Amino acid sequence: MDSPLLPEGVKRCSLGLFLLWLLPWLAILAWGGLAAGLCLIKGLNQTNMSNIFAFALWIVFDLGVIALGAGAFFTGFLTYVIGRKELKNIINAAVIIGFICYSGATAMLGIDIGQPIRGWFIFWHANIHSMLVEVSFCITCYLGVLIVEFIPLILENRKLDKVKELHILGHNLHHVMGVIAATGTFLSFFHQGSLGGMFGVLYGRPFAAREGFYIWPWTFFLFILSAIAAGPCFTILCTKLTEKLSRKKLVPDDAYKLLAKISGWMLSIYMVLKIADTLGWIYGVAPNAGLKFMDFYREGPYGVWMVVVEIFICGIIPAIILMSPKVREQQGWLVFACLLNCTGVILNRFVFIIVTLAVPVMPFDRFWSYLPTWQEWGVAAAVIGYGFVVFSLAYRYLPVFPKETEFNPVTE
Amino acid sequence: MTPFSFEWVWNVEYIIFFGLLYTALTIVASCVGIAVFKTLIQLFGFIRERHF
Repeated sequence: MDSPLLPEGVKRCSLGLFLLWLLPWLAILAWGGLAAGLCLIKGLNQTNMSNIFAFALWIVFDLGVIALGAGAFFTGFLTYVIGRKELKNIINAAVIIGFICYSGATAMLGIDIGQPIRGWFIFWHANIHSMLVEVSFCITCYLGVLIVEFIPLILENRKLDKVKELHILGHNLHHVMGVIAATGTFLSFFHQGSLGGMFGVLYGRPFAAREGFYIWPWTFFLFILSAIAAGPCFTILCTKLTEKLSRKKLVPDDAYKLLAKISGWMLSIYMVLKIADTLGWIYGVAPNAGLKFMDFYREGPYGVWMVVVEIFICGIIPAIILMSPKVREQQGWLVFACLLNCTGVILNRFVFIIVTLAVPVMPFDRFWSYLPTWQEWGVAAAVIGYGFVVFSLAYRYLPVFPKETEFNPVTE
Repeated sequence: MTPFSFEWVWNVEYIIFFGLLYTALTIVASCVGIAVFKTLIQLFGFIRERHF
């Protein structure tokens, strides 16, 4: 029924099967919609957030998806600014994933601020010394950049492409994409950094506080590095999942190899700096605040094991795999390393957000625990459902992978 | 105070922050504007339409 809308020369499943595939994701979206509606109508009392946990599950998801969405800006930078032509075969997927991550995160923030009708306050009453203001400005602007990057791909839809005006506009937008990608890189660089800087300047919480360079704590640079290490890995994972589900080869191996290699280098540099930062924190920041390293892990479920998992299992191991050409060329190892890398960055954001707020600071303090409500889980899960719906629609109706027809010729 | 920031103060920090922000926004808006403008003049036949 929808065959006139499908890209030319590709095979897609029937519309009925496609709708059946969308059904569970739409159900998750409906759950999220109900939860969001409750939060907007009744207020944030629907959540387990409190004065202690003003940042909670939603911010973990936010920071997680924003780090994973960094594949868009970094792949865009490599493709359009550095000129790595082989990445043109994966850049569309990276842009869509970035768009999903950033628009999902922005929508979730709309619920998180409690009164979205006053969301514009942060722009109008801008406190320019606040890392959070820089984050808000840059994320909003970068979402605009992602929309501009996404539009030419939407205009390549078979039906839309037949409209002469849209066809020419799409191609003219392609011509200015290099400058837009460079601007997106600048915006993304600063908000990824400021998200980290936000925790590094929490001087009253030695678990997160760090020293740094000029106005930027070391976490500023570590968050940028971890995002550009994990973002391309998430793009690889999403593309591999699409290949698995569609049972087709969609992207040439050289694009995967290049992204994996760059990701490996970035992760290795990040790991060296992260270990140095952790040692500086253990022997510098904590003693200066009158605390010992183990004081942070006195109570609660968060222990030294988190440091071990984050640095060794989800950091050093994937870095070694991605740095070894022979190993990363094997699909199983590549997917395993990408999974570990992405898990590591999410764990890192969880530690900085939840553990920072949970661990006691003063001698008379106690450990604070927090468990999200079903409404919080609903809104967070909706971002995943939304991602699957948008990516599925894009894959079905847009020429996301330029080499798809070449790799999978339709014989009929 | 300017229409673009309610609490605008004439100091270097505000100028750097908003300067960078408006530079980025101007670049993106200009690129989109150029693409739209080129499309219009191609459609109206002022420059030769390129065949893609």
